[in-house]
Amino acid sequence: MPNPIPTTRIIVDVRNVEKSFGDGDNRIHVLKKIILQAYSGEIMMLVGPSGCGKTTLLSAIAGTLRVDGGGINVLENQLNEMSGSALTRFRSKNIGFIFQQFNLIPTINIAENVSIPLMIQGVSSSKALQRAKDALDRVGLGKRWKERPNKLSGGEQQRVAIARALVHEPPLVICDEPTAALDARNGEIVLDLFRQVARSPDRAVIIVTHDSRIFSYADRIARMDDGEIVEVHEQTQPTPPHFVHEHSHG
Amino acid sequence: MIGLALKMLFGDTAKYVMLIAGLFFATFLIVQQASVFCGLMLWTTATLRNVAAPIFVVEERVEQINETNPMRDTDVDRVRSVSSVRWAMPLYSGIQRVRLSDGSFKTVQLVGIDAASLAGAPGRMVEGRLEDLRLPNTVVIDQLATTRLASNPKDPSTKIKIGDRFEINDVEARVVGICEAMRSFTGGPYVWTTYERALQYTPPSRKMLSAVIAAPVKGMSVEQAAADIERTTELRAYVNHNFGKDTKDFNTSTVWWYIRNTGIPISFGTTVVIGFIVGVAIACQTFYSFVLDNLKHLGALKAMGMSNVRLSMMLLFQAFTIGIIGFGLGLLATSGFAMGALKNGQPPFFMPWQIPVFAFVAVQLICMLAALLGIIRLSLYEPAMVFRA
Repeated sequence: MPNPIPTTRIIVDVRNVEKSFGDGDNRIHVLKKIILQAYSGEIMMLVGPSGCGKTTLLSAIAGTLRVDGGGINVLENQLNEMSGSALTRFRSKNIGFIFQQFNLIPTINIAENVSIPLMIQGVSSSKALQRAKDALDRVGLGKRWKERPNKLSGGEQQRVAIARALVHEPPLVICDEPTAALDARNGEIVLDLFRQVARSPDRAVIIVTHDSRIFSYADRIARMDDGEIVEVHEQTQPTPPHFVHEHSHG
Repeated sequence: MIGLALKMLFGDTAKYVMLIAGLFFATFLIVQQASVFCGLMLWTTATLRNVAAPIFVVEERVEQINETNPMRDTDVDRVRSVSSVRWAMPLYSGIQRVRLSDGSFKTVQLVGIDAASLAGAPGRMVEGRLEDLRLPNTVVIDQLATTRLASNPKDPSTKIKIGDRFEINDVEARVVGICEAMRSFTGGPYVWTTYERALQYTPPSRKMLSAVIAAPVKGMSVEQAAADIERTTELRAYVNHNFGKDTKDFNTSTVWWYIRNTGIPISFGTTVVIGFIVGVAIACQTFYSFVLDNLKHLGALKAMGMSNVRLSMMLLFQAFTIGIIGFGLGLLATSGFAMGALKNGQPPFFMPWQIPVFAFVAVQLICMLAALLGIIRLSLYEPAMVFRA
């Protein structure tokens, strides 16, 4: 077990988590007694071959999938014990999401897209929009806030998705293959930016990826195979530990 | 979130237009066909409205005003003999053929009223004097007749005027007045004359009295007087109020007779049902497709912490909005149709407030059904699925 990053706290604590799909002979054990922690201030990557259970584990940590056994504690909340509606409220407040296909709503402008997590929390639309513009500023798209997503390149759309994931300043950010839909150069630009704006001493970032080119951005890499964590590797040359607080960037 | 719901809806122009079009046609078909049906039913009671008498006494088996069984002239005296009757007058009502000056024939609704009292005369004269009906061979026609009985209905110079003549069954009729009247069920104009002259215009038969019109004595209700007449004479006495629930009302009885004994309601009802089904098919299919197209976005919202209730409210609001717009446009188009119908005098058109209310409920029902399909689909969509690209 690698040493946790000093002066940090546990954001995610996964204990003996099991998950299977199907019944009888067709039952497939996707997660087998998984144990994993994610700490504040770190970027952790979940890597492994297709079908090894990365996305299932990510979904469980995000509170979008119930597990069969074990427990997942996020920010000192036991997700298994929460009701559906409580879990929904918990997600809206504490988790930022970045999806592989960006999942931006094409019929509204990017500022409105970014403001959605705030509006879900009940922030008034004018305040939410202002904070969304600030978040877009931080990813370099502040001047283009009126544009619709389809007017932007893939890399720019992922930057909008990053702004959306961070606009409500969640302590946990979940990323599902953030560079899968991007070419190498855009992937690098996006990850550079993401590292700058998402890294925070109070936040954990968990990234599921296949993309070995971005492994160097991780503080720790958890390798999965056949539903198990086979290795947790702390980077020998981790990314510079300069925590850039998002408010310091304009 | 209402703004987001609307922008998602309006942003998909093709589906939005398709949804509106479906609901527009549904509304138009439902309201227009129901209104034409009501207009037609109203026309069936035109004689009751044009002959303003509180009580109509007819032969005991008669159920509607346009198909009366002939009675004896002495039945007028029998009705008059009832103590609760203030007055009772004979009435002739029947379809006759008019021979025009160019030799062509047109059908008219001939009404014969008592010459002395002129009870049953039209309510409002536009031109001429009602009293001139007492002159030999005279008739009063309605405004429709001025063009309908003209030698060339499209040429205003040939319109029938006071002093013009035509023949009814080879007997001369001279126009001495023009009045306002509701169009008859057959679409023909109304022609008033005296009861005696109406019998001259009509091929003779043993009994020719169509009805006795009557009024109650002061202080007596029409219902009570009608009941007294029925009890004393064994004839059928109807009150003449308006279509409603009262089967003792001749308007109600007449309309129900047409509903029961003709294919009219089935025909119009079928179109209304088709309108509803078309609306359901288009709206449900398109809205469901709209939800499917947006499923990954809605799923992302769900993952980000939007509750099922809130998402459902968004879908319901979207459905309600398209329902309002589709209904509004459909009603607007129906109003255009109504203006044309009222200007031309046909087809019949009458839209009581119940029709738009019914159509609104039907359209919203369609929309809620469409939204429900979307809500079911969305509720089955696990937020975790959004991670499976």
